[in-house]
Amino acid sequence: MLYQKLIKGLHWSIGCLLLVLATITQAGEAEFLAHEQALIKAKFEQKEHIMMAWYKADTQQAVQLMELMLASELYYQKKEKRLYRVTDARKGAVAARLSDGESVTIAKKRNFKRVSINNHLRALFRQYIARAGLTAVEPQQRIAAAEAIMGNTDPDLIATVTDLLAQETDAEVQAAFDLVLAVATLQSKDKDQQEAAIKTLGESLQPAALNALKQFLQTYSESDLAPLASQAVDRINGKIDFYNGVETLYFGLSLGSVLVLAGIGLAITFGVMGVINMAHGELIMIGAYTTYVIQQLMPNHIGWSLLVAVPAAFVVSGLVGILLERGVIRFLYGRPLETLLATFGISLILQQAVRSIFSPLNRSVETPAWMAGLIDINPLLSLTQSRMYIIAFCLLVFLLLLAIMKRTRLGLQVRAVSQNRNMARAMGVRSEWVDALTFGLGSGVAGIAGVALSQLTNVGPNMGQAYIIDSFMVVVFGGVGNLWGTLVAGLSLGVANKLLEPWAGAVLAKILVLIFIILFIQKRPRGLFPQRGRAAED
Amino acid sequence: MIRLLNQDRGGQLLIGSLLLAIILVPILNALPDSSSLHVPTYSVSLLGKYLTLALLAVAVDLVWGYLGILTLGHAAFFALGGYAMGMYLMRQIGDRGVYGDPNLPDFMVFLNWQELPWFWQGFDQFWLAALMIMLVPGVLAFVFGYLAFRSRVSGVYLSIITQAMTYALMLAFYRNEMGFGGNNGLTDFKDILGFSLQSEQTKIALFIASAVALIVGYLLCRAITTSRAGKAVVAVRDGESRARFMGYRVENIKLWVFTFSAVLAGVAGALYVPQVGIINPNEFSPINSIEVVVWVAVGGRATLYGAVLGAILINYAKSYFTVELPDVWLFALGGLFVLVTLLLPRGVTGLLKRKEAK
Amino acid sequence: MFNNRFLQCATLVAAVSASNLVLAADTIKVGVLHSLSGTMAISETTLKDTMLMLIEEQNKKGGLLGKQLEPVVVDPASNWPLFAEKARELIEKDEVAAIFGCWTSVSRKSILPVVEELDSVVFYPVQYEGEESSKNVFYTGAAPNQQAIPAVDYLMDELGVERWVLAGTDYVYPRTTNKILEAYLQDSGVAAEDIMINYTPFGHSDWQSIVSDIKKFGAEGKKTAVVSTINGDANVPFYKELGAQGISSADIPVVAFSVGEEELSGMDTGPLVGHLAAWNYFMSVDSEANDEFIDNWHAFIQDEDRVTNDPMEAHYIGFNMWVKAVEKAGTTAAPAVQDAIIGVSVPNLTGGLSSMMPNHHISKPVLIGEIQDDGQFEVVSSTDGLVVGDAWSDFLPGSKDLIADWRAPLSCGNYNVETGKCSGQNF
Repeated sequence: MLYQKLIKGLHWSIGCLLLVLATITQAGEAEFLAHEQALIKAKFEQKEHIMMAWYKADTQQAVQLMELMLASELYYQKKEKRLYRVTDARKGAVAARLSDGESVTIAKKRNFKRVSINNHLRALFRQYIARAGLTAVEPQQRIAAAEAIMGNTDPDLIATVTDLLAQETDAEVQAAFDLVLAVATLQSKDKDQQEAAIKTLGESLQPAALNALKQFLQTYSESDLAPLASQAVDRINGKIDFYNGVETLYFGLSLGSVLVLAGIGLAITFGVMGVINMAHGELIMIGAYTTYVIQQLMPNHIGWSLLVAVPAAFVVSGLVGILLERGVIRFLYGRPLETLLATFGISLILQQAVRSIFSPLNRSVETPAWMAGLIDINPLLSLTQSRMYIIAFCLLVFLLLLAIMKRTRLGLQVRAVSQNRNMARAMGVRSEWVDALTFGLGSGVAGIAGVALSQLTNVGPNMGQAYIIDSFMVVVFGGVGNLWGTLVAGLSLGVANKLLEPWAGAVLAKILVLIFIILFIQKRPRGLFPQRGRAAED
Repeated sequence: MIRLLNQDRGGQLLIGSLLLAIILVPILNALPDSSSLHVPTYSVSLLGKYLTLALLAVAVDLVWGYLGILTLGHAAFFALGGYAMGMYLMRQIGDRGVYGDPNLPDFMVFLNWQELPWFWQGFDQFWLAALMIMLVPGVLAFVFGYLAFRSRVSGVYLSIITQAMTYALMLAFYRNEMGFGGNNGLTDFKDILGFSLQSEQTKIALFIASAVALIVGYLLCRAITTSRAGKAVVAVRDGESRARFMGYRVENIKLWVFTFSAVLAGVAGALYVPQVGIINPNEFSPINSIEVVVWVAVGGRATLYGAVLGAILINYAKSYFTVELPDVWLFALGGLFVLVTLLLPRGVTGLLKRKEAK
Repeated sequence: MFNNRFLQCATLVAAVSASNLVLAADTIKVGVLHSLSGTMAISETTLKDTMLMLIEEQNKKGGLLGKQLEPVVVDPASNWPLFAEKARELIEKDEVAAIFGCWTSVSRKSILPVVEELDSVVFYPVQYEGEESSKNVFYTGAAPNQQAIPAVDYLMDELGVERWVLAGTDYVYPRTTNKILEAYLQDSGVAAEDIMINYTPFGHSDWQSIVSDIKKFGAEGKKTAVVSTINGDANVPFYKELGAQGISSADIPVVAFSVGEEELSGMDTGPLVGHLAAWNYFMSVDSEANDEFIDNWHAFIQDEDRVTNDPMEAHYIGFNMWVKAVEKAGTTAAPAVQDAIIGVSVPNLTGGLSSMMPNHHISKPVLIGEIQDDGQFEVVSSTDGLVVGDAWSDFLPGSKDLIADWRAPLSCGNYNVETGKCSGQNF
């Protein structure tokens, strides 16, 4: 989360890069050259010292180089041993020399080598970039910087923060700086200062604050302030428990919405039409592969690709569904158990087809930038944005489907045909046409679910298998033929699963949920919301 | 026996060919390698495996074909029987395991277990294992059926909860804490009843045992379906409410047939394991149960001998295709399922009967 | 009518028995036993192609012992009993000289009794949990000491990691690896409360709670790392969730033992930069042998974008060792090859020589790589010399007294040095 904030700053500073580099040539050309040569030759261990020295000598310049390295954009030309900024390491792309900003076209990819960093350096650079951000213009960046250095008790740094706090005008930033200082003063010998620090930290939800308090309790367990500190720890722990509960609920809802999305197409093909559609998972898979193909077609607009993929997946999966209905399933109405066999065969064929067309390997589907990221409620609770979108998307799909079934002419006809086919036909409903469209609708919705799932999990030939059983459980638990039932069942199974997980573990939680479904069906043999009327009798 | 097979030409043929196989296969196996009629031991074990799967299919046909319950969890009973046999075979290894521990199977030594868990006690005795092979699947089916039939769960709901049952068992057996070897399951068997599993005689004996089990299982199922109770069973299938109104204790009939079928599946599993040499949680996977149903459908539902034919045909096709068409065999298998359902609603035996009618 | 039906039954039996009518052509058959369908096809199909390529190249060089090699490819369909059945078929019916195959431990365990009974030669190319040494199996993938321990050393020494999450899929490989690592970490002075162990089922797809736990575990002030033995399909949602919850490699690095180039090609690697993996080979390694191997692979598979990975290298090494051993023995007969192959050295793809050890494991370098945004690894550390694969771990109580040595006079895969007994032989 911290990193994402820093990245925002990064784009801004790269934009200023060329401007600053112009000053290099005038100010310390020799110095730059020395650092540059050292960096190119250095091994991982030496890079740390070089960059620290550079940071001391010219903070701004060093920070920009660190940012370039973090973004994997810092290269050097093997022969002339000069640093370049390369955004796209391909033949024919442009590389910009750092020392004078001159642009060069890359003639041979192998001539340029990336200045590599390892994880240790990566963490270190981020610390230093964050530190440099203490004086940044954006308040958000200053807060991020404060969070990054929290727990650091380096006296120089603390002095700097104290000075900065005096000049700071933004209240949020002030609070963040206060916290940094409180963590540091907790270790001081002055009782009053310590007490004030404990009070400040006790109000904070930052993990660093809790850690500092715990450490204080360990080192000064005899101190008069120990009860105060342990009170503060208890208070924070109470809050942690509360927010953990909220988080678990959120996880449950998001798992539940995945279950609903996976199951809701089946609620139509199986629930309304009575087709035991074992190929449902593969229709989801087709939706996910459609997303992959769309991303391949528009590689420069990943952000838009998902929006395009939703209707595309609906159409592709829906058409496959209509094809299946017309080609196979329509011969099997009235023999629901045989639809199971035929669709099982179809699912094998579709899996192998995907294996033959796209290879058995998983395909990589990118997450667009607008879906990534966290919504920080407070330092203890941050909700993943992608899951938020999926919950919202699930509800949207559900409401749309409900509207189609309840409000449109098609929905009316679908219900009529499913309740009494002959009567509906007598009333002039073209039942064949309705069957095809209904199956297409259910399949299309499965395809949409595939788009959502492509953001969470593998896109591969086996993905359908992973969801088919859960989908059936959700539909049956909710009550066959009832969309509301599917929604309630999916969400409650998701939440139940997540509530059980912390103490039972992931596997046992799932087993318990399955046993619960089995027992529940004994109590209510037709699910949560049983269908009423004649249609339910057979 | 003769009476049971009256008017059951398929059954006559099946029992006849099984008896023939029991006599012929050992003879053909004893022929020299060079002879064109020689049946290698490898094929004997393969045929034995098919027969155990056929027995499983008969068990499924009994509940699906005659009881009308589409069970999507019969592989669970099969696997439980297999595990009971596997546990016996594991104990027979004794101190010949890689760690040389006289009591604990290798995977327990590996997980630092100090002593044998209670549910492994006594499995070194064949009689107990044999009892458990029938008891464990039987009791599970009885409890499950008692709950389900009493509350009149039916149709797809019943199918889905049988699936939930086998799925839950699969997840449970994958857990290493369960004490059944986790994902690797039970393997590396050496002896059965003191005979080496690697010897040709044992393999042939297992083949014969499978054939006998299939014959006995078939006859028992046939006895059930042709008895008075069996007629009631079909009545339950075709009109449950009517059968109930006529005074039949529908639940009881269903429950006993279901339990018997589970025991049969357990026996099949127990014979399967020593012939393939491994039992692991994958056998519980819901897909396996669905596949059994597909065998029955391909062979022809509610004929019993059709189930045998379907099981052998499809498994043979699988063995054949996975060698000849390794890249595309799923197309062939999937296509077969679709075509059979569409064109042969009564399975392959239905096709034969139709021909006969002409 | 009766005749008709009888014929059908008879053809069935005949078809099964017709197996042994295959005429012995003048080729050497090599069995390829990798799943081409089912859940494992995702990993194993590539290895089948690798084998076909290696055999084709060998044939271009004139084959072996003056004969052409002929691959026999079968599909065990990710079904473990089927592995045993197919192995038997390959050996008994097709009479292959060697089998190259398996990925999962359970598939290897499944074929083990068969290959021991029929005394064949199997090359197993995947990193695994150790605790096995069969007369008939040659383990060309990494044992835990060739992957896990060097990786943990790197994290401890270079990144200063003090708190550990051992996360794995619930099966033998992660269980054993974690057990070994737990013992190793505690020996190195890590407190028990600084180790968190977590197991998830195969194909686990909802990682929200676990990742959130990891995040909290790592927020207690000490540098934390995740050692992941998460298997196959569960990795994508795991890494996606790490990214979604904002955990970057600089906060909590993840070192994985089951994620290679092939797995990365199915992931969006942008958010994964800096996470680690430990293998004996990376595609990015700079060596002539590797360049040539990659060129051949691209030419063979006709796709410039396909990657190479560690199990492919293992097959490369294993196949070349087998070729050399057959040439040395002058025959493909299994017992002769088993004797001849011990001590054989062939070039690996990282610029060194790997040798077959008496315990049927091989010596290899251990490399630690960081994921780059192009889906490749950059080597950040490598062991000084070659590491010899350990069949029996020194960190497990049950196996620390066991050794494997297949040379005469010991000729035993699990010899207990305490009791002086050799147990568990199937012959």
